[in-house]
Amino acid sequence: MSNLWPRIEPLLARVEKPARYIGMEMGTEPGNLAPRHGSSRAAFLLIYPDTYEIGLPNQGLQILYELLNERDDSVAERAYAPWTDMESAMRAAGVPLFSVDTHRAAVDFDVLAFNLSAELVYTNVLNMVDLAGVPVRNEDRAPAHPIVIAGGHCTYNPEPLAEYVDAFVIGDGEEVIADLAEIVGAWKRGGRASREAVLRDLATIPGVYVPSLYDVEYDGPVVRSVTPRYADVPAVVDKRTVADLAEWPYPKRQLVPLVEVVHDRLNVEIFRGCTRGCRFCQAGMITRPVRERPEEQVRTMVREGLRRTGYDEVALTSLSSADFSGIESVVADLVTDQEGTGGVGVSLPSLRVDAFTVGIASQIQKVRRSGLTFAPEAGTWRLRQVINKLILEDDLYAAVDGAYSQGWRRVKLYFLTGLPTEMDEDTLGIAQLAKNVTDIGRRYTKQASCTVSVGGFVPKPHTPFQWFGQNGVDELQRKITLLRDALRGTRAQVKWHDPRATFAEGIASRGDRRIGRVIERVWRAGGTFQEWSEGFRLDRWLDAMHAEGLDPDWFVTRHRTRDEVLPWAHIAAGLHADFLWDDWQQALAEHGLPDCRWTPCYDCGVCTDYALEHVVASPTAPAGGSQGTGQDLTATPGEVPVRFLGTKATAVATGAGA
Amino acid sequence: MKGGAANPVRLRYTKLGKVRWISHRDVARALERAFRVAQLPLAFTEGFSPRPKVSFGLALSTGHESDAEYVDLVLAEYIDPDTFASILTPALPEGIAVVGAVALADRAPALQEAVTCVEWRVDVARRDLSPVEPAELRTSIHTALALPALPTTKRRKGREVVEDVRPVIRRITVCDEPSAVVEMEMSTQPRGAKPGEVLAAIGDFTDLRARRTHQWIERDGARQEPLDADTRPRMPEACAS
Repeated sequence: MSNLWPRIEPLLARVEKPARYIGMEMGTEPGNLAPRHGSSRAAFLLIYPDTYEIGLPNQGLQILYELLNERDDSVAERAYAPWTDMESAMRAAGVPLFSVDTHRAAVDFDVLAFNLSAELVYTNVLNMVDLAGVPVRNEDRAPAHPIVIAGGHCTYNPEPLAEYVDAFVIGDGEEVIADLAEIVGAWKRGGRASREAVLRDLATIPGVYVPSLYDVEYDGPVVRSVTPRYADVPAVVDKRTVADLAEWPYPKRQLVPLVEVVHDRLNVEIFRGCTRGCRFCQAGMITRPVRERPEEQVRTMVREGLRRTGYDEVALTSLSSADFSGIESVVADLVTDQEGTGGVGVSLPSLRVDAFTVGIASQIQKVRRSGLTFAPEAGTWRLRQVINKLILEDDLYAAVDGAYSQGWRRVKLYFLTGLPTEMDEDTLGIAQLAKNVTDIGRRYTKQASCTVSVGGFVPKPHTPFQWFGQNGVDELQRKITLLRDALRGTRAQVKWHDPRATFAEGIASRGDRRIGRVIERVWRAGGTFQEWSEGFRLDRWLDAMHAEGLDPDWFVTRHRTRDEVLPWAHIAAGLHADFLWDDWQQALAEHGLPDCRWTPCYDCGVCTDYALEHVVASPTAPAGGSQGTGQDLTATPGEVPVRFLGTKATAVATGAGA
Repeated sequence: MKGGAANPVRLRYTKLGKVRWISHRDVARALERAFRVAQLPLAFTEGFSPRPKVSFGLALSTGHESDAEYVDLVLAEYIDPDTFASILTPALPEGIAVVGAVALADRAPALQEAVTCVEWRVDVARRDLSPVEPAELRTSIHTALALPALPTTKRRKGREVVEDVRPVIRRITVCDEPSAVVEMEMSTQPRGAKPGEVLAAIGDFTDLRARRTHQWIERDGARQEPLDADTRPRMPEACAS
C-alpha cells in the first residue's frame, strides 16, 4: 500500500496543527502525481527539515518541485519535519516519513533531497532520514535505499554532514536538477544495481560533491587535505550558477497553503546575487554576480501570480530589493493597478537604509503603517566600515525621520554583535543610535517606539570573516547585557538571540567532517528542532564534543590562520582565496569596498573565472546613493563586467584581472 | 443600474474529507482568496483600513466535517445567485464546495445570532478509540438524558471549566446501523457544545468522526435552513441584466 493516509489520519486528532500533514495546497495536483510513479521516472522527495510553516514557502524547493514535475522522466513530492508530537505518534504507530502530496512513504522515492538553509537543522536531517527507515550514515546504505542529496546555502561547507549525505549540490539548482534527474532515472531503469556506480556518475556532474569519494587527512587537529580517490572525481567542486534569471520564471504556480505559514504571500524573486560586499554576509558572497529579472517579467509574474493565487500581498524578494533597477516603476505600477480592488500589499524584504527606501515604502504602505525595519548591523561608522555595511549615521537618521514623519510609529533596527574588532564603544554605539532614533520619532508622535534586535555573529565559510574566531557565549552575553543596561529606562526595546544557540551554530557552520559524529550524538540525545528554543540545549552539543574528543573553542572561538586548510577549501563559490584574505585585511584596516555593479571590478574571481556577468537594467546606482558610501556613481560602465538588460549591450571587463 | 447598491448574499458550502483538518480560520482565508480569484465585486467597509464585508457563521472545529456551513457577504454589484457555485468551487480546496446561494434581505440578522440549532451525524467510539456496541450506547444515552444535569469539563480560552451540557441536548438518536452512529440535535444559544463534549458527558465515549448535517434558524415556532430565512425575492428579469 503506497498511500499511507489511512494510517496517518487516525493520528491527526491528537496532534497540534494537523493541517501540517494533509498537503492539499492550491497549485498541487496529487491526482496527477500518483500515477506518475512507476519503474521509469526518477522519484524525488524534496524535504525541508523544519516545520511545514517554515518550509512550505521556500522558493528553491518550490522551483525544483515544478521543474521535476514538468519533466517526462521525473516526479517530485514534498515532505517537512513532523513536529515532536506527530513524530512520537508516527513512531508509536510505525508510520514512516511520508510525502504530503500523496502520502507516500519516503523509502518509495529514489532520492531524498534536503534543503539546507540553516545549520541548526542538521539534527532534523538525521532524524528524518531515520524516520524514513533509512540508515543515517551513508556507508550503511544499500541499493534499496534512496540516495540522500542536499542543496542550499549550507552546502558551501558540506563537511559536517559528509558521512550522512550521499551527494551535495552546490549553487543554483535550476540547471543541475536536470542532470540529477537523468542520472538517477538511468540508475532506476537499470534496476538500482550499485550504489557506488550511481554515486560515481553523480560526481561527474559539475556542482555535485560526493563526499564518500574523498579522503580527508589531518595534521594534528587541522585538516591537511581533502583528496579525491579517483582521477575522474574533481579535486575542487565549483558552484553552479544560472547566468540569466529571465530564462527561469519560476515558480510559475506558487503553492498556496491552507494553513498560515511564514511569508504567506506571493513571492517574486526580482534578482539573485548581491555585490554590496557586506563582509559578514555569506549569501552575498556565494550568490554573485547580480542577475536581475527583466522588469516586464517581474510585472507579469506579479500580475499572473496574484490572479491565480488570490493572495492580497506580494513580496519582491532579493538580498537588497531597493537595488533593483526598476524598483520605482514596478512599485508605482503595482500600486496604481490595484487601486479600487481593496488593495494589494507589497513588501520589500531586505531594504537599504536610506531616504529613497522610505520613499518607496511610503508608496506601498499607504495604510497600516505599523513598522519599518532597517539593518545598520553595527553601532559605529568605524565598525560598519569593518563589515563593509557603509551606512552613514545621517543615512539612518534621514530614513528614520522619513519613516516617522510619514506615519510609521515603530522602527525596528537589526544589529549583529560579536563582529571582528568590536569594542564596547561599538556596543554602546548601538544604544546611542537607538536613543537618537527614538528622539527623532518623538518629534512626530508620542507613541514612537524603536526595537533593537541583536543577533550573535557566526563567521561563515566563503566570506572574508571565515578566519575570524567567533565570540564565545560569555562574551556575547556580556555585550548584550551592556547594551540592555545602556538602554534601560529608554523607549527602545531590546531583543536578542540566545548566545548559546549562536555557539552551536558556530560548531556546525565551520566544522569539518569530525563534527558529523557530534551532530549524530546531539540527535541521538533527543536534540531535534535546534532552531526552536523549546528543543535547544547547548549542553547536548558540548557533551557530544567532549565525547568525540573535540575542543569546542578550537572549532568556534579560535582565529584561523592564512596557511590553514579550511575544511571547505575543496568547495568553490568562485571567490579567490587571495581576494577573501585581502578583503579580511582591508576589514581589519577599517577600509570599505565599493559595490562592483556600478564601479570598476576588483576581481573577486566569480565573473572572470566562471565567464559570468552582472545582469542589470540600469548602468547607474539607484537614486538615494549607495548606502552613503560617497562612491563616485558616475564611473563609466565600460569598466564593469555588466550586461545591461534591454539593450543586450555587453561590456566586458577591461580592467578585470589587472 | 445597481452598481452602488448593496447586494447581500448568503452562501452555503461544505467541508468534507481531508480538508476537515484545517481550522475555521483557514477556511475563512481560503474563501477570501477564492473571492479574489473569482474577482467577486465585494463591497468594502468605509474608513482608514477598508475590509471586505464578509461575515462567517458558527465556527466548525478542526477535524469536523459539514454539509451545511454558511457565510454572508455584501457585493457591490448584483450577481445571479445560481452562478456562485460554478465560479467559486473551482477556486476552493477539494472538499470545500459552494452548494447554494441566495440573495439576502437588507439587514438580515447575523448568522451567529440567528442560528439556534444544529444537527450532527457522529461515529462514536470509546475514549480509547475501541469500538462500542450500539445497544450499549443506546442504554447509556437513555440513562444520561434522564438525569437533571450533565456536567462536563470543557476547555475555554485555555482554561478548564465545568459546564452542564444537558440544556444543549435536544435529541440524540442511535442510528439503525451495525456500528455506533448517532444523530444529535443541539442548541447553539445561549451557548452550544461540541459533539465530543456531549459524548464525554454521557459516558466513556468520543467522536471518531463528526459531520454537521444541518443548521436551523428558529423563529416564531417555525424552523428554516439559513438559505430559506431572510431571503430577498428573486430579481425580476428586467433588473437582473
